Amino acid sequence: MNELEHPTGDPYGAKDGKDLVSGITVFPMEAHVPRKADIDPKAARRAERQVAAMFTTSSLMIILFIVAFVAIPNTTIITVPVIGTVNANHLATGFAFGMAILLIGIGAIHWAKKLMPDVEVIQERHSLTSRDEERQAVAASFARGKAESGFGDRKIIRRSLLGALALFPVPLIVLLRDLGPLPGTRLRETIWDKGIHLVTDATYRKIKASDVPLGGLINAVPENLLEIEHEEGTLNQRGKASIIVIRMDPAEIISQQGEAWDYQGILAFSKICTHLGCPTSLYQQRTHHLLCPCHQSTFDLSDSGNVVFGPSARRMPQLAITVDSEGYLIAQSGFDQPVGPSFWERG
Amino acid sequence: MALNKRHPAALFAVLAVALGTTGVAYAAVSNQTAPKATVQSQTQVEQGKQLFLEGCSSCHGLAAQGGSDGPSLIGVGAAAVDFQVGTGRMPLAAPGVQAMPSMPSYNEEETAALAAFIATLGVGPAIPTQEMLDTSDAELALGGELFRTNCAQCHGAAGTGGALSQGRIAPNLMDSNAKYLYEAMVSGPQSMPLFSDQTLTEQDKKDIIAYVEELQKNVSPGGATLGRLGPVTEGLFLFIAGLGVLIVAAVWIGAKSK
Repeated sequence: MNELEHPTGDPYGAKDGKDLVSGITVFPMEAHVPRKADIDPKAARRAERQVAAMFTTSSLMIILFIVAFVAIPNTTIITVPVIGTVNANHLATGFAFGMAILLIGIGAIHWAKKLMPDVEVIQERHSLTSRDEERQAVAASFARGKAESGFGDRKIIRRSLLGALALFPVPLIVLLRDLGPLPGTRLRETIWDKGIHLVTDATYRKIKASDVPLGGLINAVPENLLEIEHEEGTLNQRGKASIIVIRMDPAEIISQQGEAWDYQGILAFSKICTHLGCPTSLYQQRTHHLLCPCHQSTFDLSDSGNVVFGPSARRMPQLAITVDSEGYLIAQSGFDQPVGPSFWERG
Repeated sequence: MALNKRHPAALFAVLAVALGTTGVAYAAVSNQTAPKATVQSQTQVEQGKQLFLEGCSSCHGLAAQGGSDGPSLIGVGAAAVDFQVGTGRMPLAAPGVQAMPSMPSYNEEETAALAAFIATLGVGPAIPTQEMLDTSDAELALGGELFRTNCAQCHGAAGTGGALSQGRIAPNLMDSNAKYLYEAMVSGPQSMPLFSDQTLTEQDKKDIIAYVEELQKNVSPGGATLGRLGPVTEGLFLFIAGLGVLIVAAVWIGAKSK
């Protein structure tokens, strides 16, 4: 029900915050102040012209959009102060289309604020409950349905129906099986193993120990990564097995995670941050610090890859390396601990 | 005039002569043990040695052996000198965690002389030749892959640089050129690790340089790049500017008209 239907006929009579029916003051209300456009016809006409101008400009913007889209080649790059270099076609069409819809919106709001009625009114509300006779009719209808269906008397139907309904959700629970299988040892193991060659990432060349310079960094992967078919998860394996190979003066190595896990100052560490698994190869050769770009965990690679800064809780896993008979770097064994971020069952 | 009354500058003169002689002698001795990297014109090496003693030896030591203020330059090669001096990083304007590029203090001839002198101290990477920098046969796609594997973690996927720890930075590559890119890779300036020609071959480096040059040519069709840092800066900009505009609009819509 709205105020226009009220029999007293004065829809705007609620200035004092009185209920339109009872006449009781329900809440205090400030006195209504008429706007300029309400009392001055000139101001009203001016506001009218302003709104019309905005809608008209919006139309012109649509025309500008079409002209710009057709006329400006979409390869033209121009330089605009503040914005910098920008594609002229995109700038003009985007500006025109954006302004077109913006002007419609601003015009509508201006119209509502300046010219549409802005008096304060009270809207009555009634109880949401149905009337008593309607409620009784529904209850009677339900009782009649129950009696006529025989749900209370025919026990065998009732029981078999309840049984069927009880079993109905079971398939949904059985479907949960497809959430598995459980990861098993996949989170704990990488494809690194004893004797696997270290190869450069992207170019897959074996790395000769004598070719690794002091202060050098090589992003490397295991050679057997190439044997894995894409369907079997090359990226998953790469995500776990990526390492960095660095070389420092053996005298600078403070500690390692295992006895003689380096080869003449060449060290290999997992590239996967132990915090949240970002690839971490921001190696600073002077300080031997390895920085993770995501949350600034910093590992000291000259000191067992220990965490020196940041949120990471565990040190960077080290891969024990040595050389084969030809001097190429190989792994002494796989990682002795899971690489990458912690997981629930890791303990 | 009394015999014991010396000129005030005499002490300094004696000191200067003594220091200079020691330095030259030490450098000469150390020269004999170091293998000659490349045959350089002797006058150029001499000029480089003089410039080194005047401008660099206070930090790097009279025989370039290094000290508490600067690392040893024996075996760093001509490439390192050309990079550090040619980009104005050295001589260091002030001690700090990072040498920043600035106007070079030495002209091309002097830089070449310094590089020639340092190259005589030990075997190190040489200044790349024009042929090594010719990227006409480079493979751009492989260069991109190598860049993302080896460079992007510090210099950013768009090569615009990034922050490291404790005030260090990986510089923006957009104003660099092929020669300095190559020299930085082989010499590993400051925090940067070395990428030797054995593990990252000359051809690999060419591919990377070609890719960086391609990035440098990239215009920005979308307007302001906001540092090309990706979703963080773009999100922050939208969060502040976009929400700001929305708040202003909401206040305007809600305000009563007069």
